[in-house]
Amino acid sequence: MPGFRLASGGTRIDRSARFTFTFDGAPVEAFAGDTIASALIASGRSIVARSFKYHRPRGVFSAGAEEPNALVTVGSGAVREPNVNAATRLAAPGMEVSGQNAFPSVERDIGAVGEKLSPFLAAGFYYKTFIGPLKRSWMWYEPAIRRAAGMGRASLEPDPARYEKASAFADVLVVGAGPAGLAAALTAGRAGARVILAEAAPGPGGALDLEEADIDGRPAGEWAAAATVELAGMENVTLMPRTHVWGYYDGGVLAALEDCGGEGETRCRHWRIEARQAVLATGAIERPIVFAGNDRPGVMLASAGLAYARRYGAAPGGNVILFCNNDEAWRSAGLLAEAGVKIAAIVDPRTEILDALARPLAERGAEIILSHVVAAARGVKRVEGATIVPVGEAALAEAAGNIDRPGAQAQESEQGEDAAPPAPGGALERACDTILVSGGFNPVINLASQAGGPPVWREEIAAFVPGEPRQAFIAAGAAAGAPTLEIAINQGAEAGALAASAAGFEARNEELAVKIPVEGLRVTTEDGGLLPLFEVEPQGAKPGKAADKAFVDLQHDVTAADIRLAHQEGFADAEHLKRYTTLGMANDQGRTSALAGLAILAGEREMPLPAVGSTRFRPPAIPVPLGTLAGRERGRHAAPVRRSPLHHAHLAAGAQMMEAGLWMRPRIYPKRGETLFAAYTREARHVRRAVGIADVSTLGKIEVAGPDAAAFLDRVYANNFSNLAVGKARYGLMLREDGFVFDDGTAWRLAEDRYLATTTTAKAAEVMLHLEFLAAAAFPELKVSLTSVSDQYAGIAVAGPKARELLARLVEGTGMDNDAFPFMGVREATVGGAPALLARLSFSGENAYEVYVGADHGPFIWKLLLEKGADLEVAPYGLEAMGTLRIEKGHVAGPELNGRVSAHDLGMEKLLSTKKPFVGKPLAQRPALSEPGRLQLVGVIAADEAFRAGAHLVAGPAEQPGPSEGHITSVTFSPALGKTIGLALLKGGRERRGESLYAADPIRGGHCRVEVVSPHFVDPKGERLHG
Amino acid sequence: MLIPCPVCGQRDAGEFFYRGDATAARPPLEEEAERPWVEYVYARHNPRGEHLEFWQHAHGCRQLLVVRRNTETHEVFEARLVGPFGEGG
Ligand SMILES: [Zn+2]
Repeated sequence: MPGFRLASGGTRIDRSARFTFTFDGAPVEAFAGDTIASALIASGRSIVARSFKYHRPRGVFSAGAEEPNALVTVGSGAVREPNVNAATRLAAPGMEVSGQNAFPSVERDIGAVGEKLSPFLAAGFYYKTFIGPLKRSWMWYEPAIRRAAGMGRASLEPDPARYEKASAFADVLVVGAGPAGLAAALTAGRAGARVILAEAAPGPGGALDLEEADIDGRPAGEWAAAATVELAGMENVTLMPRTHVWGYYDGGVLAALEDCGGEGETRCRHWRIEARQAVLATGAIERPIVFAGNDRPGVMLASAGLAYARRYGAAPGGNVILFCNNDEAWRSAGLLAEAGVKIAAIVDPRTEILDALARPLAERGAEIILSHVVAAARGVKRVEGATIVPVGEAALAEAAGNIDRPGAQAQESEQGEDAAPPAPGGALERACDTILVSGGFNPVINLASQAGGPPVWREEIAAFVPGEPRQAFIAAGAAAGAPTLEIAINQGAEAGALAASAAGFEARNEELAVKIPVEGLRVTTEDGGLLPLFEVEPQGAKPGKAADKAFVDLQHDVTAADIRLAHQEGFADAEHLKRYTTLGMANDQGRTSALAGLAILAGEREMPLPAVGSTRFRPPAIPVPLGTLAGRERGRHAAPVRRSPLHHAHLAAGAQMMEAGLWMRPRIYPKRGETLFAAYTREARHVRRAVGIADVSTLGKIEVAGPDAAAFLDRVYANNFSNLAVGKARYGLMLREDGFVFDDGTAWRLAEDRYLATTTTAKAAEVMLHLEFLAAAAFPELKVSLTSVSDQYAGIAVAGPKARELLARLVEGTGMDNDAFPFMGVREATVGGAPALLARLSFSGENAYEVYVGADHGPFIWKLLLEKGADLEVAPYGLEAMGTLRIEKGHVAGPELNGRVSAHDLGMEKLLSTKKPFVGKPLAQRPALSEPGRLQLVGVIAADEAFRAGAHLVAGPAEQPGPSEGHITSVTFSPALGKTIGLALLKGGRERRGESLYAADPIRGGHCRVEVVSPHFVDPKGERLHG
Repeated sequence: MLIPCPVCGQRDAGEFFYRGDATAARPPLEEEAERPWVEYVYARHNPRGEHLEFWQHAHGCRQLLVVRRNTETHEVFEARLVGPFGEGG
């Protein structure tokens, strides 16, 4: 009989609240408090998953974060969540759980071809199979292999769950609320430190509920409950249950994942915890022993078997064999037997065992088989029996070393009910449905490894403990290798006091007394009575039949043979072994497998285990949903959407809006049924014929003020600004320190000591940072202040032959004719009664004005311009038409100012002042920046075809294009010329006007003949804008 | 990483923009020779350990700071104002 629900017991379940969920479509009974795994075990379900490569049936192996097998998919459709750890996720009514890596179900997996393919899936198969003549076959095999060897599939639909991010601050962060963590939190909390106690499980106590012990004179469970009550009562202590700390970053920043549960609520919360000191009381997890067939459903860690019985009233099986090498596992077996689970036999390689441990079990009918090991598990879909072989005297002595172990001699018995006749060669066969295994305990050192030096080997527990801290943490308890509860709990208390003191609090630490009510046990548990054993080497159990696979890494299907093969092929270093075999690279991070892998490697290399080294743990220590790192910052909230003050006016005018950089901007204002092409060409044509208005509020605007404002601008622009008259504007070119073009814009002199400098929309923030840096770090002697006023103004361009007439109707305070308001003039006036700054500037090549009014006045003025200009046929024009107009005029913008062009490349070398120093000047004068062969700005025009931005310029036709000689940066259809035109960067372009080339667009298609021309397509003499 | 802004107090590094090596000596504006500018713009020591860096509190007071910190451990030792409000400014 596989697992079943015990008649009583279960500290974490509420037997009065019963519900069902489904697993692969079949109903499963559960109690409130059950995990998915405990409910599946209690329902007798053996197979919960199929393995990664070989599709072998797998059962639940552990009861915690170390679970390598029981990964399931929860939910369906958009809420489908793959790779959920069934051992830690609580079951919920109606929950849809499905097995992974199997079709149609884990029970009947027709994809189990992996077994037959297995010779191809050995260590390093990716590297071997697909090199040489087979290399090309990768594309054929890849989909099949990826499907066969894989984990759960994520939903392709948007995740409807809500995720949050939060920050927390602590003097002392205690990770883990087991006995050591509780004791640490108590001493630090009593000292007055701000303490956060984070615990992955829903409740405190760690593994205390798997112990029979008295702490401080009362039962362990009562002590933990009282400690929790005291902590909850302290204002300076925050308890964070269901919160798994998974990353330890520089500067005492730790990352944690809080499972918020509950449907319709926040699914989980990402915590960023700043801690001055940390106590890592992350406990230890049991490790398995590798033997043939050790992955069969029914093979489980001993402590997990006890956890299921005690916490959930779920028996791991009906007929259990325990295979272990340490006293702790015997105690687990004793408690299991007490809970009503039948222990058929205990197999231990040690020659003697304490009577206090063995007698109670023997009295309950357990067969005690010392000096033996389990060599193989029999069965496929469920363990059916164990092959047990004697341990060689020599091997035993070697493994035991010089450990002198006091204790009583236990009787050896072979009289179990299921005793089969001894197999040849002294092997025993025993029937069972469950093999509980315990090879000792590994401290959980993931966080310590992230923030510390290499882990340190501790002989008495045959495991690694945290290395030297590189941050302010103290490891305590089982995580630090404490072999007994008493040592662990006192280490915790001391660590809490030390951490609080280091954070500046006066802490006191009182010794806690721990008594374990098993006579004589404390003597041996100083070292846990451990006989190091990581693997039972395969024995040809039956003649002519090879031994079953023995798995080291259950999650990644890495076998002991894979590790030996990797060693044989030269991957003898721990880090190489890991990458070649993928040992420990699954999302369990090798918690149950890494050490066994190293032990086998050490055996092959004939050196002590610590000498082969260990691998480093990296964050995240547990799988973290990507959504939790994004929090609310996704979709429309991934980046702030910026809207101009005129946004609603555009919507009212029927604009088609588009994202342009950070901004939402009007692309076109289409009339009913109008295409994009028809709309933008109409709008552009209209500006050249009548008058158009456009939103230019997005331009960066920086007020530069102070007695040295003019001197400052002279230094930061390539051209001169100190000789600009008040009331005039000038085009300015800004270089980077390295001499390349940074940005362009205009600066308006509003007063002797006050300018308004405009930037391109895209570079607004960067230019501000650049100028602030120069003002503070390079020219602190200049008295100048910089203020971003980008958001304070709404900007409207009024352009076209009728622009002046339109504005004249609304402007008061300045004349509008050429004398009163010349080209490049700047005037302070009112427009429609609103205070305004006007500048006669043109980006379109038409007579045009930029009108800046307060942002709040913008919509009113926009509406007023449309109303008062109705008879002049005023119409708004969008981003596309603005592009058309500027390309027709050869004005450069973002696509041309790509960070790699020099002023010379753009034909703007005359703007580089020779009369004054300025930022970027010395490096701009490097000869290479004005070499004739550089990519230089040209115009290109097609006879009657169209081409696209991004196309390359080549000399030859499609059949023989030749090398790229440049590329097209901006393209539009020019209504003024009736042709497709573009700006391009062409090698030596300045000298190549009149040449005929091709615009090659091989990926998107197109190979179009173009002529190289001046970039000034329309009105090159600028007569229109002076009109 | 936290940066102690002299104006705003301890603030998360995410509020600051890194603005480069503060040990690189900027030539005087009038310097016309290419070599010193090439050194200033391109040559960096990238030391492991203690270092001086420019950070600007862009999402705060916008002041430019020189931060002394350890590039290996990311420990921040101090931050001081640069420019007109800094020492001697
Ligand atoms: Zn600040």
